[in-house]
Amino acid sequence: MAEFEALLEIADDHLILGHRISEWCGHAPMLEEDLALPNMGLDLIGTARTLYDHAGKLEGKGRSEDDLAYLRDEREYRNCLLVERPNEDFAHTMLRQFYFAAFMRPYWLAALDSTDETVRGVAGKAEKEMAYHIRHAGEWVIRMGDGTDESAARMRDAVEALHIYVDELFDSSDAAQEAEAAGVLPLRDALRTTWDRTVAEVFAEALLAQPEAAYAQRGGRQGIHNETLGHLLAEMQVVHRAHPGARW
Amino acid sequence: MTATTPLWEVFIRPRNGLAHKHVGSLHAADEVMALQSARDVYTRRGEGNSIWVVPSAAITASDPDQTAENFEPTADKIYRHPTFYEIPDDVGHM
Repeated sequence: MAEFEALLEIADDHLILGHRISEWCGHAPMLEEDLALPNMGLDLIGTARTLYDHAGKLEGKGRSEDDLAYLRDEREYRNCLLVERPNEDFAHTMLRQFYFAAFMRPYWLAALDSTDETVRGVAGKAEKEMAYHIRHAGEWVIRMGDGTDESAARMRDAVEALHIYVDELFDSSDAAQEAEAAGVLPLRDALRTTWDRTVAEVFAEALLAQPEAAYAQRGGRQGIHNETLGHLLAEMQVVHRAHPGARW
Repeated sequence: MTATTPLWEVFIRPRNGLAHKHVGSLHAADEVMALQSARDVYTRRGEGNSIWVVPSAAITASDPDQTAENFEPTADKIYRHPTFYEIPDDVGHM
């Protein structure tokens, strides 16, 4: 069931980041961003839904997208650690989004050649969404990095806080490696050059330096998460767990 | 807020061949952010395929005090409306 597990990892990345972004809804610093952020969150959740649905069918145990999203505990979630990082401030939020999209865009472009038809379908839609996320979040990274003393300091703090979570994006779990060997999913490691270039271009304009990571924080793919994920899941799953089978 | 994020007017073209139409306004720091915000605020339901943004300050508007002298003189020139001839059925939609 390598493909099921590998798809679950990507679906979890998208759902968790989508939920994080949705936490800004009603709290963004300006109305324009209050609409832009949920737009991006919905892109991510849409991708997660298709992947969960497909993964559930491959698993063949009758689990629906809702079962997979709402009825798994923290240790069963396989998302990378970057996407579960708290929103903190606008700088953290935009940098996290930029890092993730800079990875997923080339990932989906490569996945256009997947042997799996559903993956190809998701890739065709998601690569455009990720291109926009890179642009939107990237422009904010530039404006905050090359902005006021306050915004530049916040953006530098975000870089400092998030760069240890970057390397995990390029790791392939055992399940992912199997799916990669079967031509279902792209090689994660091969995307590093593109990611580095995308980030370097924006950082040059943003007057930011990409620090060398002294160490890389990993564990998400094994279900070992930061405690913040538990809080996120509690909020995300509470209605479904309190009212099993409820419908709108 | 208006000092750092001035007002922009947003125009959307719904389809190829149609004109850009004013849909509203928004605040943004510069033209790049204004275009992105316009995309996020005004095209969420497939409203169009092209966006213009224009600084509101760049628009010169007619004076409301001159409304009467500007627009009332056309009211009695109904001959300017092409409603006085019949279009043959064969012509179809014009």
